[in-house]
Amino acid sequence: MTNKLRAVIIGPGNIGTDLLMKALRSDWIEPVWMVGIDESPGIQRAHDYGLKVTTDGVDGVLDFIEADNIKIAFDATSAYVHAENSQKLTSRGVIMIDLTPAAIGPYCVPPVNLEQLLKEGHHSNVNMVTCGGQATIPLVAAVSRVQAVSYAEIVATVASESVGMGTRDNIDEFTRTTSSAIESVGGAGKGKAIIIINPAQPPLVMRDTVHCLTVDTPDQPAITASFENMIAEVQKYVPGFIMLNTPLFNGNKVTISVQVEGLGDFLPKYSGNLDIMTAAGLRTAEMLAQQST
Amino acid sequence: MNLSGKNVILHDMCLRDGMHPKQHQISIEQMINISGALDDAGVPLIEVTHGDGLGGASLNYGFAAHTDEEYITAVVNRVKTAKISALLLPGIGTVDHLRMAAGCGVTTIRVATHCTEANVSRQHINLSQQMGLDTVGFLMMAHMVTPEQLLEQGKLMESYGANCIYCTDSAGYMLPDDVTERIALLRSELSKDTQIGFHGHHNLAMGVANSLAALEAGADRIDGSAAGLGAGAGNTPLEVMAAVLDRMGATTGIDIFKLMDAAEEQVIPIMDEPVRLGRDALVLGYAGAYSSFLLFAKRAELKYGVPSHQILLEMARRRTVGGQEDLIEDIAIEMAAAAKH
Repeated sequence: MTNKLRAVIIGPGNIGTDLLMKALRSDWIEPVWMVGIDESPGIQRAHDYGLKVTTDGVDGVLDFIEADNIKIAFDATSAYVHAENSQKLTSRGVIMIDLTPAAIGPYCVPPVNLEQLLKEGHHSNVNMVTCGGQATIPLVAAVSRVQAVSYAEIVATVASESVGMGTRDNIDEFTRTTSSAIESVGGAGKGKAIIIINPAQPPLVMRDTVHCLTVDTPDQPAITASFENMIAEVQKYVPGFIMLNTPLFNGNKVTISVQVEGLGDFLPKYSGNLDIMTAAGLRTAEMLAQQST
Repeated sequence: MNLSGKNVILHDMCLRDGMHPKQHQISIEQMINISGALDDAGVPLIEVTHGDGLGGASLNYGFAAHTDEEYITAVVNRVKTAKISALLLPGIGTVDHLRMAAGCGVTTIRVATHCTEANVSRQHINLSQQMGLDTVGFLMMAHMVTPEQLLEQGKLMESYGANCIYCTDSAGYMLPDDVTERIALLRSELSKDTQIGFHGHHNLAMGVANSLAALEAGADRIDGSAAGLGAGAGNTPLEVMAAVLDRMGATTGIDIFKLMDAAEEQVIPIMDEPVRLGRDALVLGYAGAYSSFLLFAKRAELKYGVPSHQILLEMARRRTVGGQEDLIEDIAIEMAAAAKH
C-alpha cells in the first residue's frame, strides 16, 4: 500500500514502543518519527527499526512536518506536557491522538463513538480515555444501545507490574476520567469506576467486570447479542478481548466480565490494559486514514 | 508480657468493618446509638463509613442504606469526646470523598492500600496531612509480604505524610510471631514520631493475642470492634481487648463496663447473624483470604451450589487482594461447571 498516513510517536517509553511495533504492521499508518527528550533505549530501538529520531522533544520534529508529510501524532508522554505538544502539532495541521490523561479533545472509544467523531470531522485532537475505559465502555455502550442505562459501574483488576508511576501518582484521575466517559461515551446516566491492583506472580491478565442498571427490565436476548457484536468489534484490534462466562441478569442488573490479554508486542501479554490503549490509539488512526482515502 | 502503664489507643471498627456483615445496612439510628454508647464508654476513636471505605457504595460491594456523608454527620453530631475516622481506599474513593469527610467533621483519615501498593496513596496522604488531619497509612493483607517489604511500603506512606502506619491483618492469617516481627521492624525503622498500629481479624481466634503481641513490639494503636462486629469472624472484640488491657495495667481511658454494655446492648442486637468463627471464617484465616469475601462466597453457594469455603480457598490460592469480590461469582460458576463433568 502506498498511501499510508505518516505518523510521529511522541514518547519512546513502554507505551510508545508498543504502539510503534503495532504501527509497523499497519496497512494504513506509517510511523516515521520517534520523539524523545534524551537518549534512551526506546529512542535507540526506534532508530533500529528505521525511524527518524529526535531527542529535542516535539520541537525537534516541527521543521520536518511538511517535508515528511506528517498527518498523525500519537502522544504517549504525560498529561503535563500534552497540551503544549498538541498545540504545536495541531497548529500545523497534524491530528493528535492523545494517549495521556490530559483529555483536551473529546474521548474516543473506537467501536463506540469513533464513527461519530469522524462524521463531525472537526476534531484535531482526540483522547483515548483510560485503559479501564477502553476495556469497559464498549460493554456499557452495548447495553445502552439496547435500552436506557441509569447507572454503570466498572471494576478493572490489573497486574501491579502493568501500572506505571504516572497512574499511581494520580490514581484519582483514572477514577474520574473513566467515570466521566462511562457517562458521556458509554451512555449511562451515572458512571462509577473502580481499579484494583494485584501484585500476584505470575502477573494476572487484566480482568474487567461491568455492572449496568437498566431503567426497564433488561431485554436479555438483545443485550446478549449486543455484547457479542461489541466484543467482536473490539477483537478486531485486541484479539485477546474475551468474555468470561455468560452475561448475568439479576433484576435490572446486568453483569459481564471480560479478560483482556495483549498481543505481547513490546509489553507483556498480561498487560492487556496497556495493549488496549495502544491498539485503540492505532485503530483510531487507521480509521482516520481509511476515511481520508 | 509487661504492658503496665502503657498508653494504648483503641480504635473501634464496628460502624465501618461491621458494615460488611450488615451488608452496609446499619441504620442512622443504630449508628447514633452505638457511637453514643462507645463515646460514653470513653472509646477515643470510632471509624464510620461504608465497609469498603469512602465511596465504597457500589453494585460491586453493595450500596449502603445511607450515604457516607449522612452516616458521618449523624455520628459526629452525637459524640462528645470521641474522634471520628474514615477509611479511604485509593482506586475506590478519591480526594473528593476525603474533602467531604473532613468537611463533615472527620479528623482521622486512614488511607488503605494493598501491602505492596503504597505508592498509589501519595495524593490522598499528602492532602490529608496538608489539611492537618491525623493521617494513617493502612497496609492491608500484610501477611502476604515479609516484614522488610512491609517496612519499605510503610516508609513510602510515612514519606507522603502519614503520622501513623498500620500493619493490617485483613485475612486474620497472622500468628503472634508474625505480628511481632512486623511491628518490631516498623517500630525500630520508622521515625520515632510515627505511631504504629495493628488491625486484626479474629479468623484464627488470634485477635486479642495478636494485638497484645503488637503492643509488646511497640504498637500505639489497636483496632477492635465492639462485640467483634466486622468482616469474617469479626475484628478483635474491643470490649475483650479493653478488659484484658485493664487486667494488665495498661491505660486506655475506657470504662470497660460501659464498653461491655455498649457491645451487649447496642451492637449484639443489630447483628443479622452472630459473628462467630465458623468454617468459612476459619478458612479465610487458615488460607489467607480477604475477610469481606465471606458473605459473597455464601451468596454464591446459594446460587451455584458450590461450598462457600471451597470458593474462599480458591480465592486465597489465586492470591487475590482486597476488592476482588467480582471474581467470586465467576469462580463459583467455574467450580459448578467443573463439578458437572
